[in-house]
Amino acid sequence: MPDPILRLTDVATDIAQYHILKGVGFEVPRGQVTMILGRNGVGKTTTMRTIMGLWRNKAGRIDFDGTDLSPLSAAERCRAGIGYVPEDMGIFTDLTVAENMTLAALSGPPDAARLDWLFTVFPPLKTFWSSSAGNLSGGQKQMLSIARAMVEERRLYLIDEPTKGLAPAIVSTMVGALRELKRQGASILLVEQNFAVARALGDRALVMDDGRVTWSGAMSELSTDTGLQERLMGLSLEAT
Amino acid sequence: MSAAPDHKPTFARLSLGDQLGRATPYLLIPALIVLGYFAIGAPTSWLTLTVSGLAMGMMIFIMASGLTLVFGLMDIINFGHGAFISLGAFMGISVLFWLSGWATAASLPLNIAAVLLAILAAMLLTGVVAWGFERVIVRPVYGSHLKQILITVGALIVLEELIHVIWGGQEIFLNRPPTLQGAVTFAGAALEKYRILAVVVGLAIFVALRLVLRRTKIGLIVRAGVQNDEMVEALGYRLKLVFIGVFIAGSALAGLGGVMWALYEQVITAGMGENMMILIFIVVIIGGLGSVEGAFIGALLVGLLQNYVAFLEPKIALVSNIGLMTAILLWRPQGMMPVVKGH
Repeated sequence: MPDPILRLTDVATDIAQYHILKGVGFEVPRGQVTMILGRNGVGKTTTMRTIMGLWRNKAGRIDFDGTDLSPLSAAERCRAGIGYVPEDMGIFTDLTVAENMTLAALSGPPDAARLDWLFTVFPPLKTFWSSSAGNLSGGQKQMLSIARAMVEERRLYLIDEPTKGLAPAIVSTMVGALRELKRQGASILLVEQNFAVARALGDRALVMDDGRVTWSGAMSELSTDTGLQERLMGLSLEAT
Repeated sequence: MSAAPDHKPTFARLSLGDQLGRATPYLLIPALIVLGYFAIGAPTSWLTLTVSGLAMGMMIFIMASGLTLVFGLMDIINFGHGAFISLGAFMGISVLFWLSGWATAASLPLNIAAVLLAILAAMLLTGVVAWGFERVIVRPVYGSHLKQILITVGALIVLEELIHVIWGGQEIFLNRPPTLQGAVTFAGAALEKYRILAVVVGLAIFVALRLVLRRTKIGLIVRAGVQNDEMVEALGYRLKLVFIGVFIAGSALAGLGGVMWALYEQVITAGMGENMMILIFIVVIIGGLGSVEGAFIGALLVGLLQNYVAFLEPKIALVSNIGLMTAILLWRPQGMMPVVKGH
């Protein structure tokens, strides 16, 4: 695979006495969308949090664009160029939409042109710019969470289940936004349980089971091979 | 998948009832003042008690604001906060004794300069001690409330004993600078000059804290950190440095409050801060953990209620604030203006 932006090698992570990641290894190609698929509890979110530095890997190596991330804090990993959208969105509900966005802009006030672009992708953010983020609907909070990660250009985006629990119309908005981000050449690692979304966005796919990557390859290969899907995940994309 | 359709926002504007609900804590202060007016009857006594209550409330707020921020941002229960009040008082009063020429002169500028220098020295000392306190006492017990309570109570005792070693075991009596003694008469009521000064200083601290928290990037980081520290880290901010800064600032405010309280009571003891902690915890709890605005309102309610009740029925003055806390927690179990934790 040419020029990966992120490479995990035998990464192991424990949470308390539980061994969650048991030697995860994969690469994320530059400028592509890589999907992490798998059932609940197989280590997808732990993988994202470990890459971000919110949980520390006890073994293995995480290389980001040639730099070993292991000694860096979450803050340093963000400043190195990683944007993160957590599974629970991580919205500061006591702050306004504007304050949430301002906080994410590390190099000063948010760039006006980039904000305009984000407003075209997520119109509600402009409408409720001065409103408390706590008063947004679930879908709007997810839009804010993704827009916040995108308020400044990052070299890699880690996005954890952005469509979880959202209405179909909002899922479409999310897919449109992530397509736009992909079109601009962003590298994205995306955890997704919605296989239709995975098929619509993914260039490559990783399937995880029991704290390991059990398969990796082109998304097109996985999405057309129902036998492979059933073998890896116990279900078929054809059914979704 | 089809193109994204136009998304119709489902944001619901707050109803008038909800908006009033948010403002209710602020309305409690004028409501209590009006209630006090009718309960006391005599307007001059009411005015004197109101100014006294506001002054007491402002001083409690100064001492409590740091504790609520430390608890909200760092999730640290710091019983040692009382030691910073005592330490600030002893340092400040020592400076006033050293500057006795200025502090006893019948000159307002010289008196104010002496008090300001005393406050500055107290904040400096408590800030420096707080830096060491965070590194040695607090840092090893992040995440464990039981250990925090045990070790900070222990540290409180140690610091109080150190005050005894440095300043002696006796209580120290002091006089306020001459121009801060006495009272002015307004609408037939005698209002102590120092209490008016305490109200002004408390308001200034509240406005300054609000400006820092609402209008600056560091304030934004602190407010976000109170709610979800992990996400603030993931957005690129080293929260540990912010933690230390807030701990130092909060302890320095306790030092400032200690000097103000010492000049109010005109006597200092090593245990004065510890004695204040009950009122301070009541204020922090009824205000909502982590909320500066809540602590401000809570402190004023505590100060006013204590003064009104002490005038009307001295025997129940001691339990009035416990009653206030019980009533507020029955109404809002998380306090008046709770900060919603993200995780």
